[in-house]
Amino acid sequence: MADTRQIRARRGPVAYALRIFVIVYLAALVLWPLYEVGKQTFAPAKAGAEGGFAAFWERLSDPSVTYAFNLTGTVAFWAVLINTVFGVGISLLIVRYRFPGRRVLSVLVDLPMSVSPVVVGLALVLAYSTGKGWFGEALEGIGFYIIGTTPGLIMATAFVSLPLVIREIVPVLEEIGTDAELAASSLGANGWQTFRRITLPSIKWAVIYGVVLSMARSLGEFGAVKIVSPGAEFRGETATLLIQNRYTNYQEPTAYAAAFVLVLASVLALVVVSLIRKEDH
Amino acid sequence: MTDTLVSSPGPVPTRNRPSGRVRADSSGRLPLTLSSGLGLGAALVWFSILVLLPLAAVVGAAAAGGWGSFWGTLTDAQTFAALRLTVVEALLVTVVNAVIGTVIAWVLVRDQFFGKRILDVVIDIPFALPTIVAGLVLLSLWGPDSPVGVNIVNTRQGIFLALLFVTLPFVVRTVQPVLIELDADVEEAAASLGASRFTTFRRIILPSLVPAIAAGSSLGFARAISEFGSLVLISGNTPYETEVASLKILKFLEGDNQDGAAAVAVLLLVVAVVTIVALDVISRRVARRG
Repeated sequence: MADTRQIRARRGPVAYALRIFVIVYLAALVLWPLYEVGKQTFAPAKAGAEGGFAAFWERLSDPSVTYAFNLTGTVAFWAVLINTVFGVGISLLIVRYRFPGRRVLSVLVDLPMSVSPVVVGLALVLAYSTGKGWFGEALEGIGFYIIGTTPGLIMATAFVSLPLVIREIVPVLEEIGTDAELAASSLGANGWQTFRRITLPSIKWAVIYGVVLSMARSLGEFGAVKIVSPGAEFRGETATLLIQNRYTNYQEPTAYAAAFVLVLASVLALVVVSLIRKEDH
Repeated sequence: MTDTLVSSPGPVPTRNRPSGRVRADSSGRLPLTLSSGLGLGAALVWFSILVLLPLAAVVGAAAAGGWGSFWGTLTDAQTFAALRLTVVEALLVTVVNAVIGTVIAWVLVRDQFFGKRILDVVIDIPFALPTIVAGLVLLSLWGPDSPVGVNIVNTRQGIFLALLFVTLPFVVRTVQPVLIELDADVEEAAASLGASRFTTFRRIILPSLVPAIAAGSSLGFARAISEFGSLVLISGNTPYETEVASLKILKFLEGDNQDGAAAVAVLLLVVAVVTIVALDVISRRVARRG
């Protein structure tokens, strides 16, 4: 094998050219812009004003900004919770049970990731908004509103991140097989005991992985939320909507500060995901 | 619904399965019990409320005016220009990604240099970033206050750049594992038979990468067609110039034209479904061959 390694390791000018090209391409497309965001975040708002961390913190402490991050946190929490419970349940049903339409269902649960976020928002509006939606009147009758309220934001967020947990659990469930579960139930364990003592420990990392991915996606959801939210200050303005509104209203420093927080959150998610991957293998 | 709730005793005898209280079929799957049946019912109700009914409402709204009005909306000059721009930009980005993505994967797998692992992480950043933040990130370097003096706001180049950014990982991440798994012996044999490196790449390596490149490209294409968040700040949304399909939907909706929005949305939905099916076909073909 030493020969192969030599053949592969021998580098001509082409290899060096490719390496330099890749470095320059990624630097121009990703790294340099990210650096500029960091610079803008900690820059003073006007010449002579204070910059650095103090300025950054002051922009974030604005009540409308704290409201936006609170709302984003609440929405993401509920969306992830719902998706985790639903995801674990539907994965178990799809992998462990047989019923008519099982294959169709397993394809359908993957669909939400491929639907444009704008279409997701539009779909929820056409189904549930008062006046325009199929079920708008009926919901109004019982005094329940989805579009323009926090439940609507949670639904939009849950829709776009729905398959993330399922995609992680299904392959693991298929791989571990049913032997341990069957052994447990033949020894007299009931369904819940088998799930808690046998199945859950073996899919633990997959669930955590899915939760982290869903959390990252939920915190950053924009398109679907944009359509179903009133999107005004203190009224359904999530962190991502705040970034758009502030940037277009010439309050770039606030937009950059909020964006910087979300960049940190996504980088943190990347790190956690890579640590889990290491732990898992 | 009822036959999914009633558990039929599985008559299928299994090969070597230990017989528990319930029988599994040859795939090891159990028939539904009362509790799992109720669970399935609850899951289906939630899935219908969240996903199926709303998507049906979109199709319903698009079909409400009949075929004529659906077709009329899509062929309206301004809408058609937006659709054409979306498809052309997505195709361009897909072609560029197919080439550059393969090159990046190649360098990340075959080359060794200081900082390579950092680049490997950088690939994932466009996926991890919220789309609106992705737009802002690009504007901080290529926007109105650009330190290099290039302003991409409201240009087609800007849309191209944003799409290039958000679709960066697709081809890289599908090609990378295939490249790692590639058998060295074949390359060695080709080289020992006198093939040049380029010939080895073209005749030996590239053919085995093609399914992965195709899969990554179709994912990237679907994403580019439906992209919204990163374009909001960059595309100036000028009709005939920089208006794309997803922003057209938003404009229809803001103008209280739900049927128009639904017509464009159905088109995007069809693209999404076609992509899923195409990917399924590709992965099956690869699985059969491998």
